[in-house]
Amino acid sequence: MNSAKYDIIIIGAGPAGISAAVLADQHKASVLVLDENCAPGGQIYRAIEKNQKSDNEWLGQSYQDGLPLIEDFRRSRVNYQHSAKVWHLSGAKAVHYSVNGKSHSAKGGQILVATGAQERPFPVLGWTLNGVMSAGAAQILLKESGVVYEDAVFVGTGPLLYLIVHQYISAGIPIKAIIDTTPRGNYLRALRHSFGVLKNTKNIFQGWRWKWEIIKSGTLYISNISDVRINGSDSVASVEYCQRSKWKNLNCKQVFLHQGVTPELNTSLSAGCDKSWDARQACWTIDVDQYGQSSVDGISVAGDASSIAGGVAAAQRGSIAALNMLYNLELISRGDRKVLSKPFKKKLSKEMAVRPFIDSLFKPHVRYRTPQDNETIVCRCEEVTLAQIKESIGVGCKGPSQLKSFTRCGMGPCQGRLCGLSVTEILAKELEIREEQAGYYNARPPIKPVTLAELASLDET
Amino acid sequence: MFKSINSNQGELITIYFEGKTLNVPKDYNVATALLWAGVCDFRETTLNNMKRGPYCMMGVCFDCLININGMDNQQSCTIQVSDGMKIKRQVINSSGKK
Ligand code: FES
Repeated sequence: MNSAKYDIIIIGAGPAGISAAVLADQHKASVLVLDENCAPGGQIYRAIEKNQKSDNEWLGQSYQDGLPLIEDFRRSRVNYQHSAKVWHLSGAKAVHYSVNGKSHSAKGGQILVATGAQERPFPVLGWTLNGVMSAGAAQILLKESGVVYEDAVFVGTGPLLYLIVHQYISAGIPIKAIIDTTPRGNYLRALRHSFGVLKNTKNIFQGWRWKWEIIKSGTLYISNISDVRINGSDSVASVEYCQRSKWKNLNCKQVFLHQGVTPELNTSLSAGCDKSWDARQACWTIDVDQYGQSSVDGISVAGDASSIAGGVAAAQRGSIAALNMLYNLELISRGDRKVLSKPFKKKLSKEMAVRPFIDSLFKPHVRYRTPQDNETIVCRCEEVTLAQIKESIGVGCKGPSQLKSFTRCGMGPCQGRLCGLSVTEILAKELEIREEQAGYYNARPPIKPVTLAELASLDET
Repeated sequence: MFKSINSNQGELITIYFEGKTLNVPKDYNVATALLWAGVCDFRETTLNNMKRGPYCMMGVCFDCLININGMDNQQSCTIQVSDGMKIKRQVINSSGKK
């Protein structure tokens, strides 16, 4: 088996991956970028090249801002492989991936994991019904294909929720209602961090503007609710929400859920990178130093894949990580690393200054992170309910791995991506231990399900 | 129902869902094409026979699994449509047999 060799292999082509690739290329490193999507941009700048030709103004400025970066990337000598599913990353800096069902392998002097974020699971009653999708899905459908759903109900909290609703409204798509689950107390908690906001007002004002325009548009806006659930037998019939201790019903056929994003963990964890629980963001983050170097030699993690800070921060963190990798490869000096990373660090610190405010404001209520109703499905793949998890804990289950063998929770094709965080928090709560102690699933290769045929095809290459 | 707001959908190609002919934009992925054509029921869960369809559209949740050209477990939100593609609802019972 022959592996192609590169100085740097980057997994992911969002702002972090692309920025790193462009910079590394400028310093004469050979770079391979493996991207799961069919075009560069990640989720934030998804389909940006395609939309460039149309005049879809409703996509907004923050989206269009990504274009120069993608253009630089296209002009570079970086070897870009789209539609590549990375299914194995080893500590020995070898990457296995498949394209169109055929496997390939490559070795890198340095590896950068820039796999971005995923949406946080939203385990409420009825979230597995047909007609319930994530708000991120609504945005992908809109950006990539101009496909929308009229009279849908949007439920949740977080900047991305307001962004997609704002895009819908700007594009003239009627929305039945927005049910805002931002906990009331968050506004006060966020105020304590308002000092940081002063350093980056643009960011915050944009968020307020979206929200203000949503309210101004006359769309039904429901807030201060204490619970929500989705009804229906096979598909969605209605959303119910509890406001001032009264349950109210809203008939609809399509619901979009969102409560923030969390790092894509499986890739870094499978390579053995250390993680920590971040209480403010209520999720696991990958441990990295100021240059994005993880606990595993030669593997760096940048952008939202290490901790959530958004697209602009991701671009800076990607560039900083690239400089460090170039230094490790002896392509630049230690002094160069320091000097060249300065402007990126400056921009990054401006972005980071608003995080405490944003994180506190949009931290989802614990009742939406750990389901309350025993019948709520926690693991979508294996259809494991909260009741089953509690039962296992009752008979001695102590952690996520044991829970797998007790209930199959986390054993399905998504490999715990849609239940892992809930499981950590449920275990912590039920066992009255800290999240760090409760732990997370052991991420093992393959990172993504692969067929035997795909595995076999590797030996032929 | 899902619908498109783009006035020009570009070239259409033909795919088949459960034997029915669907003309869909060439640059859609399979999940988008089916949703756009009014199909939201992609598969049945093995345990409780619940109907499922796409949830995340970004390759994370695996709820969009479907049978494409005779192969089960195809992650339809990550696969482009192609002319003549034959798609079927995925039903696998817990013993793994059809
Ligand atoms: S819809 Fe989630 S993986 Fe396809």
